[in-house]
Parts: sequence; structure tokens; C-alpha cells
Amino acid sequence: MAINWFKYSSPQTFYPLAGKMVPWFMVPAAVLGVAGLYIGLFVAPTDFQQGEAYRVIFIHVPAAWMSMFIYVVMAFWAGIGLAFNTRLSSMMAHALAPTGALMTFIALWTGSLWGRPTWGTWWVWDARLTSELILLFLYIGYMSLAAAIDDPRRADKASAVLALVGVVNIPIIYFSVQWWNTLHQGASVSISRAPSMAAIMLVGMLVMVFAFWAYSIAAALMRVRIMILERERNSAWLRELGR
Amino acid sequence: MGGSLIAACHAVVARDLLIALRHRSDVLTTFFFFVIVVSLFPLGVGPEPDTLREIAPGVVWVAALLAAMLSLARMFGADYADGTLEQLVLTPQPLVVLVMAKVTAHWLTTGLPLVLIAPVLGLQFDLPADALATLLLSLLIGTPALSLIGAVGTALTLGVRGAAALTALLVLPLYVPVLIFGAGAVAATAAGTGAAGHLSLLGAMLLIALVFAPWATAIALRISLE
Repeated sequence: MAINWFKYSSPQTFYPLAGKMVPWFMVPAAVLGVAGLYIGLFVAPTDFQQGEAYRVIFIHVPAAWMSMFIYVVMAFWAGIGLAFNTRLSSMMAHALAPTGALMTFIALWTGSLWGRPTWGTWWVWDARLTSELILLFLYIGYMSLAAAIDDPRRADKASAVLALVGVVNIPIIYFSVQWWNTLHQGASVSISRAPSMAAIMLVGMLVMVFAFWAYSIAAALMRVRIMILERERNSAWLRELGR
Repeated sequence: MGGSLIAACHAVVARDLLIALRHRSDVLTTFFFFVIVVSLFPLGVGPEPDTLREIAPGVVWVAALLAAMLSLARMFGADYADGTLEQLVLTPQPLVVLVMAKVTAHWLTTGLPLVLIAPVLGLQFDLPADALATLLLSLLIGTPALSLIGAVGTALTLGVRGAAALTALLVLPLYVPVLIFGAGAVAATAAGTGAAGHLSLLGAMLLIALVFAPWATAIALRISLE
């Protein structure tokens, strides 16, 4: 049986589908999250160099990965929405942005918590920290632009241009910050020289990565459903649904 | 056709320069904003020449970023308000080229004055002569890139609530690479390691911005005028 994927590009058909999909991602997110935290906090051994403080990576690394990945996915949907004029793609991009910003914030916050006992400081102008901070600014810019424009179609298109400009800039920003960092301070502090990881630590981290994935998808789907309700409030199918 | 395109660009640049000449205070505001911001730093940080020499590249460059950002609203703002922009979009000439002309005029009236006064401000910070030359050169390469990148941001926020603050939010993170290599070039010269690498990368960024920014600006203008 061939599935017509374009069928689900309309808000009317996607709304119930997203509703059915949410539990399929939210439940694994909760289960994997609990399992991953259990492995991370109780099963994984204490690191011989960093002590217990290293355990923050079970939150930090998945959040940092998601923060970057979600921006690319967001720009992808924004670009599709701009190119093909599909409302749902733009809504998906808007729905992803707050989750991405949240992940960026968690990555920065937990990184800071980890830095205090390990490096002896809450913040260093390390290349990764700095580019993560700029990524947070890009998310905030995207969300502010989308929120400032009243006409939703114009907001979709304008923020899509900004997301695409941002995606072109992210590698440039990343490499300039990295180069700036190596020029200004010696490599006294480096996350990249992390000691090789015990297998159980890696397992715990991967479980947490899947938990974060599932959570992000579920959160975005829930948010896109709310957006559909908000934007299509005057449409006949929605009134039919509410009856 | 080619002749008329050049004529159109020429007309856009000449018109914007004439408007800038008639509204001299607008241009001077940006210029003095730059001078005042730079002059505030010694008052805040303290007058020790060693400290000032150390912070000078960053201070001048950050002030240039802020001044460029402040002046962005003027690039399309008045034309949007009185409908000129709509006419520009409707002309048979490609909008990308007309955007280039607008950005050129904007840079000539706001970027170039900053470039020319910067060495004088550098003197206030006790920068050596070779660092002053690099400061001039880095701003000469960097400020057009600031105008180009800023054009995208200001085109996206035309007629939007709180456009000025919003433009800052959109544009400043995108300015980061230009800031790093612009200030880095001056610092490298002062440290005696040579600024060729920084200036080359700054030039590369200008070229990338020159290719992509007018195109993105044209798309953004069409969205804003819909």
C-alpha cells in the first residue's frame, strides 16, 4: 500500500496524526530518560580524573547535540516553507525553535555547572561555549522576529530567511570563534582531550541522547498542534472537530 | 539594457547621496555616536596607556559595529515609508543590483566616515603607527561587510514593531566573525605577528557577503512589501 505523504502536509490531516504520534515519542522519552539517568547516576563508575562532576555529561552532551541539530532541522523546514509556500512546514519550524533554544540554554547551564569544579570557573571563553552562546542569540533572534510580525504568513517567510542566513553563518561563526580562541589564550583548557570513556558511560549517554531526541520530537509536535489550533481557528474542519 | 542598469544604479546611489547631503545631521549622528562611544571607554576603564593599547582594537571595532547597526534603519526606512521602495521593486532592473546600489550609498555615508576617523581615535588609545594603518585597512574591508549583512536584517524588520531593537538582535550575532577578524588584525599587528591572515579572512567574508547578502536582502524586501 502506497502512502501519500503529501496528504499530511495539510494542517487538517496532520493535526490528528500529530496527536496520535505524541504519546509514541513522549513515553519513550520518559522511559529512556529515567533509564539513562539511572545508568548515569548509579551504574556508571566515578571518573578517576574528574570525580563525580563528570556525570553532568549525561545531560550536557545530549542537550548540546540537540541544540545544534534542531537549528538545522528548523532551518530546513523554514526553507521548505519558503520555497513551496507550505504553511505546515513554517509552523513546524516555529514549533522547533523554543525547544532548540531550551536545549542551548541547558547545554550552557550544565556546561557552567561542570566547569566550576573541573576548571575552577563558571565560564571560560572557550570556542565551544562561545559558539553555543551565539547559537542561543540566533534562536532568540529567530523567535523575536517571528513574534514581532503580526501577519503570520509574513512572519513565516521573514523568519525563514533569517534561519537560512543563520545556517550559512553557523560554520563561519564556529570556525572564527575557534581560531579567535586559539589566538587569544593557550590551550590550557580543552574539552576535546577528554579521556577515553568507559563503555557503560557511553551506553548511558546514548540512552540519554535518544531520550532527548524523543522529547524534542514530542514537544515540537505538541507545539505544532497548538499552532494549528491557533491559526486555523476559523476553519470549518476545526469547528467540525470541536463539535 | 546593460546601459540602463548602470544608469539605474547610478541614479540610486546619486539620489541616496543627495538625500544624505540634505539631511547632514543624520549622517553626523552616526559619526559622533562612534566617536563618543570610543571616547567613553578610557573614562570607564582608566587612563593607563598599557590597558588602553590592549583594549583599543576591540573597543574601536565594537563601536563600529554598534554605529553601523544604528544607521541600518536609514537604509530602507524612509523609502519604505514613502513608497519609493515599492517603485524600486517594480522597476525592470533586477532588485539584487539595486540593493547593491543602496548598500553602496549607505556605506559611503556611514561606513566610510568611521573608517576615516578611526585612526584618530586609535591615537587616543596610544596605538602605534603600524597598528593604526591596520585599523584603517581592517575597517575599510570590514565595514562594507557590516553594511551588507545589516541590509538583510533591516530589510526583514521593515515596518515591524520595535524594529530598531529587533534589528540589533538579528544582526549583531551575525557580525561576530567580522568583529573577531577585524579586531584580531589590529591586535596581531600590535603584537608583531602580522595581520595578513586576518585581513585575508576578512576579505573572504566581504566576498561571501557580497555574493549572498544582496540576494537575501532582495528576497527579504519582497517579503516585507507583500
